[in-house]
Amino acid sequence: MIRVILPAHLRTLARVEYEVTFDIAGEVTLRVILDAIEARYPMLRGTIRDRVTRKRRPLVRFFACEQDLSNDSLDAPLPDAVKAGTEPLLIVGAMAGG
Amino acid sequence: MSSVRVLVGTRKGAFVLSSDGKRKKWDVSGPHFAGWEIYHMKGSPVDPDRLYASQSSGWFGQVIQRSNDGGTTWEPVDNKFVYYGDPGTHLWYDGTPHPWEFKRVWHLEPSLTDPDTVYAGAEDASLFQSTDGGQSWQELQGLRTHNSGPFWQPGAGGMCLHTILLDPGNPGRIYAAISAAGSFRSDDGGKTWRPINRGLKSPYELPDPNAEVGHCVHHIAMHPSRPDVLFMQKHWDVMRSDDAGDSWHEVSGDLPSDFGFPIDVHAHEPDTIYVVPIKSDSEHFPPDGKLRVYRSRTGGNEWEALTKGLPQRDCYVNVMRDAMAVDSLDSCGVYFGTTGGQVYGSADSGDSWTPIVRDLPAVLSVEVQTLP
Repeated sequence: MIRVILPAHLRTLARVEYEVTFDIAGEVTLRVILDAIEARYPMLRGTIRDRVTRKRRPLVRFFACEQDLSNDSLDAPLPDAVKAGTEPLLIVGAMAGG
Repeated sequence: MSSVRVLVGTRKGAFVLSSDGKRKKWDVSGPHFAGWEIYHMKGSPVDPDRLYASQSSGWFGQVIQRSNDGGTTWEPVDNKFVYYGDPGTHLWYDGTPHPWEFKRVWHLEPSLTDPDTVYAGAEDASLFQSTDGGQSWQELQGLRTHNSGPFWQPGAGGMCLHTILLDPGNPGRIYAAISAAGSFRSDDGGKTWRPINRGLKSPYELPDPNAEVGHCVHHIAMHPSRPDVLFMQKHWDVMRSDDAGDSWHEVSGDLPSDFGFPIDVHAHEPDTIYVVPIKSDSEHFPPDGKLRVYRSRTGGNEWEALTKGLPQRDCYVNVMRDAMAVDSLDSCGVYFGTTGGQVYGSADSGDSWTPIVRDLPAVLSVEVQTLP
């Protein structure tokens, strides 16, 4: 079971609680998780990655296991702890402001 | 008894202000979509409970919300705004070619006849249409692909399509205004467009002050009974057209400053118009620290300051281009919101004003619905 923590604004938009979970068969990558999020919560399409380019929005970050995965390939395998569900994938709004 | 609903978009959410026809006591609901920028909300003229809202965020992009119950509940609809074909480039601030990129929706204009049809004015400047209640959007690409499009440049606020006017007597006629490309008209439902900027003069902004495109039009207003008469607040200058935009002439007259953003028309008097002058392009606040709405009852040129109930000292707010609206009660109500978070209302055509709310986030837009 994959655990994902969405940023507060997207939890409100998707009307979900703090953590959402997914059962994913096969390789667990950012792309697979993002596809699963957008399939279950279509209102989040375009909020994490651009609707046209499919790239991560500039002020969205992906963290897991105290690592910043934001600039990793979307097809790179995620850490084993995320695959095992012992650590969540955090999708966060980047620090932006003074 | 009639009532009014004022739809307020702010930097940090949406608010709905409701009152009966007396417009003395107000209920305030919100913030809806707390923390998000709400550039605009507007209701369908044929189904007042059908509302559309443009919700956006620097972090999470564009969301379009729809309500079927007058704003009590909302549902996100589609947010895929794709430019037609290979969109090419426009000019960037420095004059170099820059790819067209969708950023946000500035204005939503519901159809006059069908609650499921709504137009969206986008940044980078483009016009989109939905005919299924916002479930999908298609670009009316004839505007952006006009042969002047590659030469359009953004204004300081971005290259936004901020004004959409639908002619109630001519279903094919649509007006659009873009900062800083100018105003455009379609006579075939949005398929083809032509610039309508003859008479505009921008000597401090353009190398050719009479250029066909490139003018920084801030807002255009029309009275539905007289759709060929248009009133424009340009970057500088208040302008009027009596021929559906084919030509314009200046009606700034005796205003203390002809720089400003909003302009609107009285609901029952097509020659009574309102503007809120601010000092200049670099000082976006009222002259002398006095917040004054100016009203002309002569379609321009002769203006009177409306000050009763408005702060007349130490006031340095601005009023954004889409942040003024009128109701259609008798007497006409006039409303505007400020960057300081006040929404002022007048139930007597502007003679006197009262703050409905004082401490909202900066107001981006104000629309009014007059309900039976």
